[in-house]
Amino acid sequence: MSNSARPLRHRALIAAALLLLWTATSFAQDWIRTGTGLGVERVRLAASDFAPSTSDAKNADLLKTFNDVLWNDLDNAGIFDLVSKSFYPLQVPGQPSEVNFLAWNSPPPNTSMLAFGNLNAAAGKVTVQGWLYDVKNEKSPQVLGKQYTDNATTDAVRVIAHRFADEIIFRLGGGVPGIAESKIYFVSERTGHKEIWAMDYDGANQQQVTHLGSISLSPRISPDGSRLAFSSITKSGWEIMMYSFDLNRMVSFPRFGGMNLSPSWSPDSKIAFSSSRNGYPNIFAVDASGGNSRRLTNDQGPDVSPTWNRKTGSQIAFVSGRTGLPQVYTMEADGTNLQRLTDQGYAVSPNWSPNGQFLTFSWMRKYGPGEPGSNDLYLMDVASKQWVQLTHDSGRNDFPCWSPDGRHIIFQSHRSGTDQIWTMLADGTNVKQLTFKGSNTQPNWSWK
Amino acid sequence: MKQEAAIKMTRRSTLIFALGTIMFLAACGGKKVAPPPPPPPPTATAPTASLSASPNTVDKGQSTTLTWQTTNATDVSIDGIGAVETSGTRPVTPSDSTTYHLIAKGPGGTQDATARVTVNSAAEPSLSTASNATEEQLFSQNVKDIYFDYDKYDVRADQQGSLLGDAQFLQQHANIHITVEGYCDERGSTEYNLALGASRADAVKNALIQAGVHGDRIKSISYGKEKPFCTEANESCWQQNRRGHFFYEK
Repeated sequence: MSNSARPLRHRALIAAALLLLWTATSFAQDWIRTGTGLGVERVRLAASDFAPSTSDAKNADLLKTFNDVLWNDLDNAGIFDLVSKSFYPLQVPGQPSEVNFLAWNSPPPNTSMLAFGNLNAAAGKVTVQGWLYDVKNEKSPQVLGKQYTDNATTDAVRVIAHRFADEIIFRLGGGVPGIAESKIYFVSERTGHKEIWAMDYDGANQQQVTHLGSISLSPRISPDGSRLAFSSITKSGWEIMMYSFDLNRMVSFPRFGGMNLSPSWSPDSKIAFSSSRNGYPNIFAVDASGGNSRRLTNDQGPDVSPTWNRKTGSQIAFVSGRTGLPQVYTMEADGTNLQRLTDQGYAVSPNWSPNGQFLTFSWMRKYGPGEPGSNDLYLMDVASKQWVQLTHDSGRNDFPCWSPDGRHIIFQSHRSGTDQIWTMLADGTNVKQLTFKGSNTQPNWSWK
Repeated sequence: MKQEAAIKMTRRSTLIFALGTIMFLAACGGKKVAPPPPPPPPTATAPTASLSASPNTVDKGQSTTLTWQTTNATDVSIDGIGAVETSGTRPVTPSDSTTYHLIAKGPGGTQDATARVTVNSAAEPSLSTASNATEEQLFSQNVKDIYFDYDKYDVRADQQGSLLGDAQFLQQHANIHITVEGYCDERGSTEYNLALGASRADAVKNALIQAGVHGDRIKSISYGKEKPFCTEANESCWQQNRRGHFFYEK
């Protein structure tokens, strides 16, 4: 009897295994969502082109800039189901009285929310009126009504569009402030030297910050955005340098001797960095002024690339080669409770998420002879050490950095054939290239 | 490993944990659609590989012959040469000392083998006696850079000779000050390579101090992968870039 029962039981086992396998593998996809509003359906939003108040040619240029920037910001936000403009009614509303609710709240646009307004340039000033309407709620549709006035320049109009986009994102995105006015700091070689540059979060307004003619690396902006720490070769070797955006010039910072690399700001403006002043590169921390220096690691290392827990400031993640290939570790901010997070390969460039829960870093998981592999970006839940892969089969990716809202990650990638700066949503989707000229690396996103 | 890939975000972890053993089966699958139960793994034999160079020391400009044998391999390549037959010989003329690295891949796994060819520089300059040579010229003629293995910063055995020679020269020329510059190959990350280059420079500096050179005469700096000596993407070029270079200060 056992003879006949066995195959049956066997079949049942296989069926059970298959079922479990299916369940397991359907959970095993390397894609995740992070941030607020998880499981919430994306808001269906239409952004109608703003209407001109006059037919002035200057007005038309500003209007195009405004409409492009607003659309791009809403598209980048990653929280909307943005209705394609080809579905929109022909008549563009410039005023609340011109909104035809039926034309918007039923197919083809079938939108829940509508952003619209008008732009007027006259006598060197530009005025923008913008509204956000809940068009399925005809009785009291207004969610937002704003008016902005500034000089009639492209830059000013760009800022107005960013502000209006951030208002919409704040209202419809769970109260998380938008990032349209945030800044990116990065290293560019386009002048022939590696200097620090800055740009808007969407790649616009790329501007050179330092003119040192040396090699400057690892820009890190302070939490309040007023100072930029980086490392640069000076007469005394690699030192931590400080640029003030209040004074628009370099300001003094102590020279420590040895090699001083990869500064990182804590939420309360302490600075951790790698220093070889005592021999081996170890992690040190100092106050914002550079004083009160304390050593946090004490081993042969090399230890480098610290990043503070951006929410609590009580932990630091960093990279160490103490066991051979570099791995990511965490420790308390006083150097105790060392934990190794990665178990293999070549793991570098950790960056801690604004909510304190995740690290993103660059990892070549299968490194060694005969394992060419690629440097891909990963996201790890610090408490559980569970990870997911964010980039796939796309060359060398490094220096990931979180956006202030925790919904985006900016990074350096060689996928286009040169090192350039790219951005994506924190689940690995919506990948966009931001820089194209020269070689651009080590992006760092402002804290707000 | 798909097993790890499957262990994903927190909310799922309890379920995943319960499924632990089944997940191991999933290692062969990995797509959304359920694959058939995996057949017992074929008992593929792991490949073997050997690589040798004869002679393994040549003068600059002379050639040497690489000979390799592999078994159970379907895909064999040598860094800097490319894909090659599973066994064979190949004459090579390295311009500098080179570690050839062979990778044999087969159904049973991957095996690698290395062979080092040491190239003696062409006309070994007559040592330090030429009276008309400046100290800086003597320095550049006699002081040899120290080369490192991949991702390592300890001075390897075949570099000890160069290091002792360097230390001797520096002791004989007591007024020379130097900077040891640490370099890395282009692979890996900017920041980590700078730290690694710092460790390499310090390893060389410490070895010189141990050999009797006064520490005040030696500064060190890391250039990481910022100023490569050689910009091609192959092992012989990478080896050129993994070095401690001596820079004459005065």
